[in-house]
Amino acid sequence: MNIIPLFIAIPLGFAFLIPMFSRKVRWLPDMLGNLATLSLVILSFYTIGRTGNYYMGGWRPPIGINLVLDGFSSLMLIMVSGVSFAATLFSVQYMEKYTSKLRYYSLFLLMVAGMNGVALTGDMFNLYVFLEIASIASYALVGFGCDHEELEASFKYLVLGSIASTFILFGIALIYGMTGSLNMAHVGQMIQQQGMGPTLLFAMVMFLMGFGLKAALVPFHAWLPDAHPSAPAPISAMLSGVLIKVLGVYAMMRIFFNVIGVDEKLSWVFIGAGVISMVVGGLLALGQWDYKRLLAYSSISQMGYVILAIGVGGMAMARGGAGANSVAALALLGGLFHLINHATFKSLMFLTSGSVVYGTNTRDLKKMGGLFYKMPITGLCAMVGSLSIAGLPPFNGFWSKLIIILACVKAGFYGIALVAVAVSVITLAYYLKLQKYAFFGEVGEGLKDVKESPSLMCLSMGILAVLCVGLSLLLLPGPRAVLLDPAVEAVLQGTDYITVVLGR
Amino acid sequence: MKGMTLIVKTVTRWVKGFIFLFGLYIILFGHLTPGGGFAGGVILACSYILLTLAYSKEVAHRSLSRAVASELDSVGALIFLSIALLGIYFGGGFFVNFIHRLSPGEPFRFLSAGIIPLCNVAIGIKVGSSLFMIFVILSAMRVIVRKSDNGREIIDNRRKHPR
Repeated sequence: MNIIPLFIAIPLGFAFLIPMFSRKVRWLPDMLGNLATLSLVILSFYTIGRTGNYYMGGWRPPIGINLVLDGFSSLMLIMVSGVSFAATLFSVQYMEKYTSKLRYYSLFLLMVAGMNGVALTGDMFNLYVFLEIASIASYALVGFGCDHEELEASFKYLVLGSIASTFILFGIALIYGMTGSLNMAHVGQMIQQQGMGPTLLFAMVMFLMGFGLKAALVPFHAWLPDAHPSAPAPISAMLSGVLIKVLGVYAMMRIFFNVIGVDEKLSWVFIGAGVISMVVGGLLALGQWDYKRLLAYSSISQMGYVILAIGVGGMAMARGGAGANSVAALALLGGLFHLINHATFKSLMFLTSGSVVYGTNTRDLKKMGGLFYKMPITGLCAMVGSLSIAGLPPFNGFWSKLIIILACVKAGFYGIALVAVAVSVITLAYYLKLQKYAFFGEVGEGLKDVKESPSLMCLSMGILAVLCVGLSLLLLPGPRAVLLDPAVEAVLQGTDYITVVLGR
Repeated sequence: MKGMTLIVKTVTRWVKGFIFLFGLYIILFGHLTPGGGFAGGVILACSYILLTLAYSKEVAHRSLSRAVASELDSVGALIFLSIALLGIYFGGGFFVNFIHRLSPGEPFRFLSAGIIPLCNVAIGIKVGSSLFMIFVILSAMRVIVRKSDNGREIIDNRRKHPR
């Protein structure tokens, strides 16, 4: 049996089973929610090294909707499943203080179903539908606490997110009007036949704005520092850890690299947006005194690295020439590796912020202090996460940043490589600030009897902290050939994706 | 007296059944005529919304309570998903129209098109109950206007609940 549709069916099924059967039994939502994400983790490991093209309802493209599994989508599925399992494990005890766990898990799994769908689909309109499923579930989850501030952030996120979705839909409509097809591979084929025209350029701008808003690139980032801190901690981890990557970066890369094809101008846009996001996000994070807001700005900065690497890779692909392919492969490897690294350490950091809020009931760094002595496990996990993001050698963040900087140098962007190093130093600065004010120094006022968080919360943070160290091993030749290289290959094949999917 | 005037109530009593029946028709004949699960579901929800508007929330609640509507919401989605999953078992693919393969039926007859009418029924249940739920929840929100200390009226719509 083919497992590809199960990635959509399992979270969707559990999302509706949970509110139906577990109204009476208190522990059932937790169990079903964790069961769903755990089964997704196990299934996602089966996708490693497999490729597939699944026809929904047996209809072949360009008429029917198809699901395409390749190295890139497999990497995304593993990332989404892993982080969502850690988040549901964390939610068991953390979400006790909120009102309705039924609705929480239901929305959570709908969001996961949407993201898995985006990662798998090979159809443009289907991509939009899954994107909306994930986005609408996330709007509701951001406002889950129903406080004044949370509802305001949720509303802001809803308005900007809907604008992004509208742009994407408009772009898809233009593409449909131009090519008469919605299947990505078929659209790509038609674009190759028709060549670049003003309609396609306009559609590309729409996609850049829409997906750029979803990925929170700097001119479009205003919603993120409000939305991500306002959500409950496991949801912040999901939003910053995977949602912006799957809905923003993955969808953008799929459409621009595999369907339309990159050229130099587009790569310059990526590089520019990446550098600006990196610098502006980093500088804004320096001044933050709210634990979660600092992390949110840090997300913008780190996504800048990913987009920069993608841009450099695209530039090498577009320019061609001797050795261009190896430079492009190196840049994309760095970008994708940083993508999954960021998913682990940023979700870890958001979970530690949840643990700190659980213990101290405040997010203000000025009111904290000395928490390392009160909450040793949380403190240790936060330290591992901080050092990983800042890019210190034994941790995974170091390796991915190193590869990105190396790729910049090899492609001849010396200035940009220097900026990337400088932003890394800024990153270290604001995470040291976080460590100093939250976890070290004098124990803050009224924090004398703070206790360590419950066991499952610590377990979930521990898993991610171990991953932060362990993911460095992915760069060894063996594991790299299994997980990262197929993903890089899938992006690097460019518009050959069309022939792979259509089979002609 | 709760609700609207006698005229509205009487007319509602007469037409509510017909509206409901029309919704069922749109759902069941969705594979033959314009319409389908979504449009029919909206009409089903409209009959209950009309009941709520003309009489009161309590009367509508007696015929379709929020708990039941919430259950129906999940049931509709689950039926839809299980039809899709049955396609894997019987037809070899997600959403494969396995009934149509076994017995295609005569085109333009009621019993044709395989799983499509069943999917329409599932969508009708889901859309009808969730649209009614949305209406009920929106109408449950109320704005409390209270006098502040200096005599000005302020709108207090923040819910107080323990965090």
